[in-house]
Amino acid sequence: MQDSIKVSTDPSVRYLLRLGDTCLVHAQRLGEWCGHAPIIEEDIALTNIALDLIGQARGILTRAGQLGGQQFDEDQLAFLREERDYLNPTLVELPRGDFAVTTVRNLMVAALLELLWTRLQASSDTEVAAVAGKAVKEARYHHRHAADWLVRLGDGTAESRRRIEAALDRLWPYSRELFQPDAIDDAALASDLGPRWAELRDPWLAAMRDALDAAGLGMPAETAFLSSGRMGIHSEHMGHMLAEMQYLQRSYPGGAW
Amino acid sequence: MTTAAAPTERAARAWEVLDSVPDPEVPVLSVRDLGMVRSVELSSDGTLHVVLTPTYSGCPATEMIERSVIETLDAAGLGPVRVTLRRAPAWTTDWISDDGRRKLREYGIAPPAHAASKTVPIRIIRGALSPAPACPHCGSAHTEQISAFGSTACKALWRCRACGEPFDYFKPI
Repeated sequence: MQDSIKVSTDPSVRYLLRLGDTCLVHAQRLGEWCGHAPIIEEDIALTNIALDLIGQARGILTRAGQLGGQQFDEDQLAFLREERDYLNPTLVELPRGDFAVTTVRNLMVAALLELLWTRLQASSDTEVAAVAGKAVKEARYHHRHAADWLVRLGDGTAESRRRIEAALDRLWPYSRELFQPDAIDDAALASDLGPRWAELRDPWLAAMRDALDAAGLGMPAETAFLSSGRMGIHSEHMGHMLAEMQYLQRSYPGGAW
Repeated sequence: MTTAAAPTERAARAWEVLDSVPDPEVPVLSVRDLGMVRSVELSSDGTLHVVLTPTYSGCPATEMIERSVIETLDAAGLGPVRVTLRRAPAWTTDWISDDGRRKLREYGIAPPAHAASKTVPIRIIRGALSPAPACPHCGSAHTEQISAFGSTACKALWRCRACGEPFDYFKPI
């Protein structure tokens, strides 16, 4: 059994882990669709998106592992941390749900990542800026794909509309966490590493409104609920997901294809 | 020991040899056709230094391409070889050569539209995510998208409404 690693609490490291873990955990959930999507084209699409996200996570986790006086590689960071050292927002770790839940989450995450990568192209960290230059194009492609499905399902049958509305009600409360300002965000802004996520709230809401309008869906109301994955305090689903994700590397250290 | 090629000649020969290193997922294209090769230079320590720009973030072929560049140049007697990856500026399908575009079409894959690097606002419409490519089989412009994602990370799936054939479209990115 492979021991866990302990990551630095340096704010730059934490900022990058939030981003890298968002990509990694979202990809892990999307990968669960392999062989289960409603049509073969979507089976391929969801796993293709997961592949892009894994590539983005690799770039960001590699950089996070070099900062704060650490020397961890992307695999150690992906597979050998304890649950509380993962800093993805709770939104991405929730079970994949039905295809409507996955569509709504894909849209919420792609719209966020597109805004983040756009700003990160000007990061003071040239490695991060380089990853962002490629990732922004991929996020844009994912955003359009998810928005297209939102329109099809929202403006489709009574059943597809019922499901997409239920998915919005289920996931929307988890959006509040994305834009909570804190010291990690402030430090990133101060060092020009990247923007505060809180600054992205208005353009994100505008992007969501565009897609919801096109789908004939209303904006969900804001709720008081606040999740805390970005602080490392996760939902009950995270541990189960990590157990599956980490199992091979924990049992067979360094195992490779 | 073989006769050492002059430095500029060694780099020039390397460029030629790189024409024969295929993309494992689209074997009709070489790494040069794809526009992945940034530079080939002879280092002061006698190592041939090849700089590549990876294509898609999650492309599983990147490491294989790195390996086959080294192996092919070694086999051509041009080693020792060192490969580094340069991510910035990001690779774009605009870097695929005209020769590469012709090869793609002949292979049955519609080449990507140009000017992909321009940022366009997201327009939410049903169906196509990009302007319709011409059918690589019959040339008709009457085509439609089946899926925005295809058999590999770099392709989308389309079909021709004139000849009825499905075809891959190299995503402009």
